[in-house]
Amino acid sequence: MAEITSPSPYRRWRKPPLIKNPWLRWGVVIGALVYLALAISSVSVDSARIARGLERGGRMIAAFLQPDFVSRWDDIQIGVLESLTMTVVSTIAGVLLSVPIGLGAARNIVPTPIYLICRGIITLSRTFQEVVIAIVFVVMFGFGPLAGVCTLAFATIGFLAKLLAEDIEEIDPAPLEAIRATGAGWLKTITYAVMPQVSARLVGLSVYRFDINLRESAIVGIVGAGGIGSTLQTTFNRYDYDVAGAILIIIITLVMMTELVSAQIRKRLQ
Amino acid sequence: MLRIEQLVKRYPTGDTALRGVSLSVAEGQVVALIGPSGAGKSTLIRCVNRLVEPTSGKIWLRDTEITALHPRQLRRIRRRIGMIFQEYALVERLSVMENVLSGRLGYVNFWQSWFRRFPQTDIDQAFTLLDRVGLSDFIDKRADELSGGQRQRVGIARALIQSPDLLLVDEPTASLDPKTSRQIMRLITELARERGLAVIINIHDVPLAQMFVQRIVGLRAGEIVYDGPPDGLTPDRLSEIYGAEDWGASQATTAEQEPSLTAQE
Ligand SMILES: Nc1ncnc2c1ncn2[C@@H]1O[C@H](COP(=O)(O)OP(=O)(O)O)[C@@H](O)[C@H]1O
Ligand SMILES: [Mg+2]
Repeated sequence: MAEITSPSPYRRWRKPPLIKNPWLRWGVVIGALVYLALAISSVSVDSARIARGLERGGRMIAAFLQPDFVSRWDDIQIGVLESLTMTVVSTIAGVLLSVPIGLGAARNIVPTPIYLICRGIITLSRTFQEVVIAIVFVVMFGFGPLAGVCTLAFATIGFLAKLLAEDIEEIDPAPLEAIRATGAGWLKTITYAVMPQVSARLVGLSVYRFDINLRESAIVGIVGAGGIGSTLQTTFNRYDYDVAGAILIIIITLVMMTELVSAQIRKRLQ
Repeated sequence: MLRIEQLVKRYPTGDTALRGVSLSVAEGQVVALIGPSGAGKSTLIRCVNRLVEPTSGKIWLRDTEITALHPRQLRRIRRRIGMIFQEYALVERLSVMENVLSGRLGYVNFWQSWFRRFPQTDIDQAFTLLDRVGLSDFIDKRADELSGGQRQRVGIARALIQSPDLLLVDEPTASLDPKTSRQIMRLITELARERGLAVIINIHDVPLAQMFVQRIVGLRAGEIVYDGPPDGLTPDRLSEIYGAEDWGASQATTAEQEPSLTAQE
């Protein structure tokens, strides 16, 4: 007991600060506060504009409550059909492109040069947001659904090929070796040892991508790549908010329906 | 029929798995390769069909130098070399029949394999083999529905449908219970005798090897330290292969167990 030399039975403890030097610590805090104040004051708040915006917002919400499905029904119908077509075509094309690229991007089954090329394509597709890609394709092919289909198919590669490649890299290597040992070439090895191990997930992911593509088809339409998004954009330009409301309700319903169906299909696959 | 000369394998990690192994196997001869784990048994048989690329040394199958072949020729020669694995290495999601027929992939063209349109002779042979290994009731079951022993029987059928001249067998019984292990060893050695195949079996269960095989090769740290008949494996020899241990005691217990096991079968 003689070892206890501390005069007080209480010992103080505090969590050590992140920045040890007190000058630096308070400097950082004050600097951040000053910056925030300057930043807020630099945003010019125009109260008249906010009032007008609120009024427009109010009209929009009112229009939503009384959606007009009738007066532009033909345009809506064409837009919806176009969106669905875009979704189906782009998903199929995207899956067909994603399978070879996904195989090529799996390190365990291809030589390095092919791996790098396929990874490059995937990275390119993932780097740009759909809207940016859509603008590029609209410039290339003009307004309309072709640009939308190309956009969605390209974006599908970034999603599907990447996940497929990751699945393939995690397969059980033993059957791969066993099939190779029978004297089978690359393609036969893939169809017997790789595809059976990943096919169920590939189908699940494709169905999932279908409902992402439907949602995206509405968005890329806004920059002129066809589909219901283009119809929506036109109604906004004309201040037809009641029609826009109807279109939004249709989009929401469609997305919800495909989501339900795709969730069901994916559940079955497991 | 198989001749291995001065085989060396150094893995990129720096492990030297084989340090100049030379070994010949005659037509129809069954050889058991024993040795502690890490001795290089798997590496040795994987070098034979070049699933693992040897660092140096030569391997001949009859008068073909396997180590000199281009990929295309290598695939052709692999058809003549069947392989059986410890963890069976079946494609779990494919049926028993598909797994067996996959042994013919080296012979059929791509579309035949894609649509599962194998020649009638292959299908007849698959049925015959499945009867022989006792799986005729499981033909359309998926491989992952089978027990370990049944899976290994599928593995055996897949290797044999290749009509190989040489069988490479890597620890076929390491994942099986003692009784099933014996049945599988018996099946492999019987089929090899029926078909006149040369076989190399990696196995770490010495009594099991002694029971079924006439020639035993002992590998230790990548070098052959024993090559002779099963009864030449004295405790001294075993110590040389596996390191010091009271071998007399372990052999005595195995000898005691034997009658009861045989009675069960
Ligand atoms: N793929 C590999 N990469 C690096 N080293 C390996 C590899 N496979 C085996 N080895 C090494 O080679 C040696 C022999 O292994 P292996 O042939 O599997 O022995 P065994 O089959 O007799 O247990 C071990 O030291 C092991 O660590
Ligand atoms: Mg091994």
